[in-house]
Amino acid sequence: MKVGVVTFPGSLDDRDAARAVRAGGSEAIALWHDDADLHGVDAVILPGGFSYGDYLRCGAISRFAPVMGSIIEKANAGMPVLGICNGFQILCESHLLPGALTQNQGLHFLCTPQKIKVENISTPWTSNFTEGLEIVIPLKNGEGSFQCDDETLAMLEGESRVIARYVGINPNGSRNLIAGISNARGNVVGLMPHPEHAIDPLTGPSADGLPFFTSILNAMVGK
Amino acid sequence: MMAKIVVEVMLKPEILDPQGKAVAAALPRLGFTFATSVRQGKRFEIEVVGDPTTEQLAEVSRAAETLLANPVIETFVVKVEK
Amino acid sequence: MALDTVSIAAQTPDQEQPFAALGLKPDEYQRIREILGRRPSSSELAMYSVMWSEHCSYKSSKVHLKQFREKAPHSDALLVGIGENAGVVDVGQGYAVTFKIESHNHPSFVEPYQGAATGVGGIVRDILTMGARPIAVMDPLRFGPADAPDTRRVLPGIVAGIGGYGNCLGLPNIGGEIVFDETYAGNPLVNALCVGVMRHDQIKLAKASGAGNLVVLFGAQTGGDGIGGVSVLASETFGSTGPAKRPSVQVGDPFTEKVLIECSLEIFAEDLVVGIQDLGGAGLSCATSELASGGSGGMRVELDTVPLRDPSLSPEEILMSESQERMCAIVEPGKIARFLEICKKWDVTVNVIGEVTDGDRLIITWHGETIVDVPPRTVAHEGPVYTLPLAKPEYVDRVNAQVLDLPMPQSAHEVKAAIIKLISSPNMADKSWVTSQYDKYVQGNTIQSQPEDSGMIRIDESTHLGVAISTDANASWSYLNPYEGAKLALAEAARNIATAGAKPLAVTNCLNFGSPEDPGVMWQFAETVRGLADGCLEMGLPVTGGNVSFYNQTGDVAILPTPVIGVLGVIQDVRSRTPMSFTDAGLELYLIGETTNVLAGSEWAYMHNQRGGQSPIADLQREIRLIELLLEGQSIFAAAHDLSQGGLAVSIAEMVLHNNIGATISLDQEIGIALLSETPGRVIAAISPDHAGELISMARKYDLAITKLGTTGGTSLTVNDAVIPLDELRTAYTQTIPKLFG
Repeated sequence: MKVGVVTFPGSLDDRDAARAVRAGGSEAIALWHDDADLHGVDAVILPGGFSYGDYLRCGAISRFAPVMGSIIEKANAGMPVLGICNGFQILCESHLLPGALTQNQGLHFLCTPQKIKVENISTPWTSNFTEGLEIVIPLKNGEGSFQCDDETLAMLEGESRVIARYVGINPNGSRNLIAGISNARGNVVGLMPHPEHAIDPLTGPSADGLPFFTSILNAMVGK
Repeated sequence: MMAKIVVEVMLKPEILDPQGKAVAAALPRLGFTFATSVRQGKRFEIEVVGDPTTEQLAEVSRAAETLLANPVIETFVVKVEK
Repeated sequence: MALDTVSIAAQTPDQEQPFAALGLKPDEYQRIREILGRRPSSSELAMYSVMWSEHCSYKSSKVHLKQFREKAPHSDALLVGIGENAGVVDVGQGYAVTFKIESHNHPSFVEPYQGAATGVGGIVRDILTMGARPIAVMDPLRFGPADAPDTRRVLPGIVAGIGGYGNCLGLPNIGGEIVFDETYAGNPLVNALCVGVMRHDQIKLAKASGAGNLVVLFGAQTGGDGIGGVSVLASETFGSTGPAKRPSVQVGDPFTEKVLIECSLEIFAEDLVVGIQDLGGAGLSCATSELASGGSGGMRVELDTVPLRDPSLSPEEILMSESQERMCAIVEPGKIARFLEICKKWDVTVNVIGEVTDGDRLIITWHGETIVDVPPRTVAHEGPVYTLPLAKPEYVDRVNAQVLDLPMPQSAHEVKAAIIKLISSPNMADKSWVTSQYDKYVQGNTIQSQPEDSGMIRIDESTHLGVAISTDANASWSYLNPYEGAKLALAEAARNIATAGAKPLAVTNCLNFGSPEDPGVMWQFAETVRGLADGCLEMGLPVTGGNVSFYNQTGDVAILPTPVIGVLGVIQDVRSRTPMSFTDAGLELYLIGETTNVLAGSEWAYMHNQRGGQSPIADLQREIRLIELLLEGQSIFAAAHDLSQGGLAVSIAEMVLHNNIGATISLDQEIGIALLSETPGRVIAAISPDHAGELISMARKYDLAITKLGTTGGTSLTVNDAVIPLDELRTAYTQTIPKLFG
């Protein structure tokens, strides 16, 4: 199983995502923003960071990278894509996912171990979870407030496309405590907190994030 | 004097603007009591050669829709300033 | 406007020059004339004035700082010592670790966000320029009183700036301190530390050698940042048509620095540079003169080839510019094509601006005219050296003779009140409001971060080799006795490394003082350096580099002497580290080290406005024995936590709150002393009952006092008769800072 991890100028958690991919049992393939060739990967991760310094808006410039053209094409054909934090922002800017991420309600960057509930286990990134499982993984961003109009919200809830929800106090003002969503097909997932930093209690708050990276192996089994 | 095309981008009214709120809270602390509300936006100043044409303005609108603003959460206005 | 060239300078020896406005003394100006055999051109004058400033030349501190070299203990671990951009230490398995701490105090007072942000940017580049990948940052910060309006002005901006820059670079923030004290009102201290790692054969030095090798400037474009003072020259040259205002605050762009880091690391990996220097204070003046001095001695630079953000800059301004995110590399002609390719890949601005020459002069031209022709060593290394007068201030004996008159808790009610009062004070209270604005997870190797005793980073994922760093200072003790205060801070930092099981290896320091022109301050400085040098020799820990920040004062009133000491250590297996607190009930708690009456300079005394008395005398032999016990005992400890400001009261409260497991302890000696004394060289250890016997034998072996305190467990902290429910303790601990700054 080959999982591509994209590096944009300013990406920060790309090597951490690659480490998590390997820990999950797949091969991590480094993809460069300027290279439209996806090198035969079976899935793609858009990692966290401050691509292009978050200039203009988070992810606003990255979404036009040559690699994104190929990713959008493949995603529309069913390839699994996971966007973490800045990656989620890029997925929203490129309209692979609805809504947008805006500035945290508290106005500060917030780095904290965050409890979230995994609500949808039918995506290729969440199949190894049990439905409703509460996990603790790091949340670390300044623009993590998920916003969308009422119609979109009703659609996301109605179609069970909220894949993860914050538990407890809303850390950033996201509508309906939404921490992660999927597209209609379920192959594209955006997640604000960072599962790649919760694969080992030695370096993170838990190993609760690992199933995101083992689930993807199941996606190959059907092929 | 070169004219310039100005694009002003604001968050849609229903979107929470925490920065605007923070500014609104800070003003009375400094003795300014006139504001009932403050919202913060962005202003892009675009220089072109000569006076802006209607075609250019249309192109700027397209650029605003695609890049300068995120239509999911923002609205924009395009105008010419001398 | 006429360009002031070297040949014009030679022909107009009597032309008046604004050397005083640039900060040069008459005799310094004379010396420049003697070195050159003529008057300096205005560009040369600008270079000398900034490179001979206190900040760049260390002219008032050099005579004292040389003790770090003279008294340097022998150390097998030291790969690069004092004199380079940062020190480098061998940590085993072929890895070298570089670390350094620097100050950015005054800019942070002027513009808190950018001052702090560019402070982080600067220290990170110092580490990068050694050839290392930066892997972590730490920030010891000191402010005036927590409830003062000016603190409310500067603290949030400084914290946001550190987070804004460091987070965007992808560097975990793993430690630091926040201290509030009236002494820092008007003079906040923003010290920034960075650590980096590389393989031994990747170490880079700042030398320009090999005639014909190219001098290459890369990173951000050059603008008018930070040139405030030198505008005097600009107006000299340009008269009234010059630009009206120059930005004197440097503005950082962390995205540019992030791509600069990745670009540089790829360049290093392909071995494309002969030498490299980052551009910090004094910008190009510093980089060119230091690179030239470090190498064969000759360099030629065409200043008009420097990529500019502002085309109206004069050559003097370009030489002085402190625009951020720039590096200067020496590259062999055969390798430049590949160098440029990598810069293009990362979209990093780059240009060849000169070459290394055979001679021993640094020659800078502007559109073909020579505007600088100097011996580089006289600019970079042979600046003035002053032995400023020093005199023990009258306050010392007077204050040392003061007898403390402090209320000491006795009843259970008073004991509880004292603990709550301490733990809720701004200095001791929980700092999560600050530290949650910093990313501590990025790079996935953070093993320990605040509020642990030290920051710890894993540097090898397969062998689990790691490094630990701690920064400490105690201005209250340095005020009472600067010589002992330095030793005590060194001991505390080393102890903080050892509690986790890491072996201290090397030292960096940031010496924050008032004006060197005040003989009393100079005495404090001299005593501090003497104490630190003696302490480092005794503990076998070499000083690898550091920073001096003078002029931290308002009018005549200097800050308390605040030497911040950073110690770096190595741990063979991060998985075996000793955590700061326990995760089980039923463990036994022991206090290692004897408690005596040390209330002078303590947090309790400070809270009661009494700063007098005598500081403790450092017993470094005992500290060394304690460190050895901590390292040997690693496998049997369940937890170990250092005692420092706030004494036992604060340390035990921190331990029970960390994992929300209570403790019951009984203190036999006079309870006020037991709880509040700050005797150095003490650690609380948690240990399973089966191993307690071993611990006691170890303490005997290392000739250290050991007292059983009690046991872990329950939902309260119980000290003799005083019972504090953990919830109540937690509320007191966590409410203070958000209430003040949230």
